[in-house]
Amino acid sequence: MLIRLLRSYGSLLGLLLIGTVLSLLSDRFLTTSNIINIARQVSINAIVAAGMTVVIITGGIDLSVGSTIALAGCSALLVARGTGDLVGMAAGLGAGALVGLLNGGLVAWGRVPPFITTLATMTIVRGGALVLTNGEPIVQSTGPYLWLGQASFGPIPIPILLMAAVLFGTHWFLARTRWGTYVYAVGGNAEAARLAGISLAGIQILVYVLAGALSGLAGLVLAARLSSAQPNTGVGFELDAIAAVVLGGTSLMGGEGTIWGTMVGAFIIGILNNGFNLMNVSPFYQLIAKGAVIVLAVLVDQLVKAGMASGRAGSPATTTVGGPPTA
Amino acid sequence: MDPLLVLRGITKRYGGVQALAGVDLDVRAGEVHGLVGENGAGKSTLLKILSGAVVPDAGEVRLAGAFLPTGSPRACEACGVSTIYQELSLVPSLTATQNIFLGHESSTPGRGAARRNAMRERASSLLAELLGETREGSMIDPDRPVRELSVPERQMVEIARALSRESRLILMDEPSATLTEQETARLHATVHGLRARGVSILYISHRLEEVLTLADRVTVLRDGRRVETIPAAEATLDRLIRGMVGRSIREHYPKESAPLGDVLIEIEPPDGLSVRVRAGEVVGLAGLVGSGRTELVRAIFGADRRPGLRVRWCGHVVQARSPAEAIALGIGMVPEDRQGQGLVLGLGVDVNIALPSLDRESGGWLSPARLRDLARPLIRDLQIRLADPSQPVRSLSGGNQQKVVLAKWLARRVRLLILDEPTRGIDVGAKQEMYRLMNQLTHEGKGILLISSDLPEVLAMSDRLYVMRHHRVIAELPEGDRSPETVMAYATGAVGATR
Repeated sequence: MLIRLLRSYGSLLGLLLIGTVLSLLSDRFLTTSNIINIARQVSINAIVAAGMTVVIITGGIDLSVGSTIALAGCSALLVARGTGDLVGMAAGLGAGALVGLLNGGLVAWGRVPPFITTLATMTIVRGGALVLTNGEPIVQSTGPYLWLGQASFGPIPIPILLMAAVLFGTHWFLARTRWGTYVYAVGGNAEAARLAGISLAGIQILVYVLAGALSGLAGLVLAARLSSAQPNTGVGFELDAIAAVVLGGTSLMGGEGTIWGTMVGAFIIGILNNGFNLMNVSPFYQLIAKGAVIVLAVLVDQLVKAGMASGRAGSPATTTVGGPPTA
Repeated sequence: MDPLLVLRGITKRYGGVQALAGVDLDVRAGEVHGLVGENGAGKSTLLKILSGAVVPDAGEVRLAGAFLPTGSPRACEACGVSTIYQELSLVPSLTATQNIFLGHESSTPGRGAARRNAMRERASSLLAELLGETREGSMIDPDRPVRELSVPERQMVEIARALSRESRLILMDEPSATLTEQETARLHATVHGLRARGVSILYISHRLEEVLTLADRVTVLRDGRRVETIPAAEATLDRLIRGMVGRSIREHYPKESAPLGDVLIEIEPPDGLSVRVRAGEVVGLAGLVGSGRTELVRAIFGADRRPGLRVRWCGHVVQARSPAEAIALGIGMVPEDRQGQGLVLGLGVDVNIALPSLDRESGGWLSPARLRDLARPLIRDLQIRLADPSQPVRSLSGGNQQKVVLAKWLARRVRLLILDEPTRGIDVGAKQEMYRLMNQLTHEGKGILLISSDLPEVLAMSDRLYVMRHHRVIAELPEGDRSPETVMAYATGAVGATR
């Protein structure tokens, strides 16, 4: 029973534990403004990680999200110059979706392994963003697009609301639509899914387009936050997103995982960054500590799983870990 | 002379299945000993015990008087027992020489380059000797990677590997299954050569004529027991077949024939006979493992391509290019490999049952309640035993898992069900339930295409029966002549194709 709880809520417990420690170490940590600050910093990673979760549940991976963030922001501001911010934002989202379509097409029809596909498009898309902008940042400090990154609804900044909408939306997609069920089925057993009449290519393209479009959205938010689009932005963001997914208990083998787990994972990373900054820890040590936390989390998860496997032998009665969340 | 290998009372159970029940067997020095039996008769289990891959529950194995260590492939090899599996166990990227000495490089004296040269020379002379015995074929270059060699050449490398370890007993599992006539002749010459050197060979094959010509003595296994061991000179095809399938049709096939409806499907392969299934009918496909039954039904279901295959569905020519298209027509398939292809083990029973029906039953939205509503009547009708409909399929027993696969297609209300080995690996009680479900389905007007390697089962449960051999449907057995002997005679090629 305890083990099952740990397995289901382990990462949440971890988050609370880290939060408690930080609030004891720094009295600035547990303030409303700092919490909102953390949530705003987490929002971009959480939006990207939501798409990453869906891809990883199918057994894939998307390394191109960081480059896509840059490409989406740059294309949005370039298009916005001529046609206005709304068309520009649509173009940014579209650019992200197109990158996803390319990834999905290569994986589904070209049978190129997702790691290789997205490793290649990561470079190609980064190059594309640099070509588009000639390597220069595009600054635009006025216009309605800034609303995405800088406005607030009441006390809550728009990026946080966007993050909440994306998390709810992808959760809904996974848990309450048949395509979401297909995502789990494809990741759990691709051949069985195919023999049940599910189009593997269709699902693969769908998840990469979703991940691409969400990266595009993240790119828009980032550009709006900074009042500019940079072709060099977003480097390494894929690693933060993957880390959030893994911390959230999603298996890189595919077939299981939840958006709530990913959200908790993203907040663990955000809270660590914030806490280290509050305590003036050198960014060099921050990197080491972040990596250590990820390894630790996965190690604990393995141990708990092993404990569960041995504990299950006696009672066949149900552990519903991993299936589509039924919240 | 004392026999080289002596088995006494070898017994092995896998869960509820008695794979071997007190088998005695002697293999003499310098003898080619044939081992035959139906699928599931216990041949592979016996082989695995001798090669050290499996530990018997009871019984003893002695080689030249000394107990053979069980459960350790390495120890068995060291004692002089080598195994040549049907799926060859060489490393494709290493050379012939490297493969021959893999794992016992240190048996060759010298160091570094000197040892490499010595190994190369020894490999070369072993391969030359083997080829010299066959007086045919060209020399195998010991420096070529194994992946560039043909299947018979790889077998030669495996045999050279066995000889390099001074094996006294070589176990061969269906070595001729994938060979052409000519290659088989070469293999036989090699086997004769090995016998002349005093090496004993335990030769497993489905090709009964081959066993009769090649072996000195033949042992017949059935249901994990030894039926008889006879000199090949005294054996006939008939006697072997009767020994292999001799059991009386068991009482426990509750077959009921249902009224027949229209023809649902006509399958016309490019060569051989065509196969027809009518509503309310169970049509059996018998044949040996590897005779192409699974490949044929997978092509019908759109899971694989098969050029030249024509399918008429309710009178219209159709071509399912994907399982989705076959399902849309009204075809469902329970695949041979239940866990690998039939189920998503980590997902709930209800999700698995609903999977093929979601596009039809739910629009786009889905709720846990709706899933349960879809699955509940089937869980009840099929008596799937579980604690909670959403529990992962992984936690169910084999028989209940198979019912979930069946339930998927009942939920989808398909009209033709392809059952590929539906009772493999499930216990007797679950088998009975499966048979009753088949009766129920045909009474509801569904057609069933049944593949089974369990001869009594496919004989008892089919209304009509076809036999496949070498990827062709070669015979439809008339009602009056449906004995296990006839089926085996067609399946093993003892009787030619009928038209």
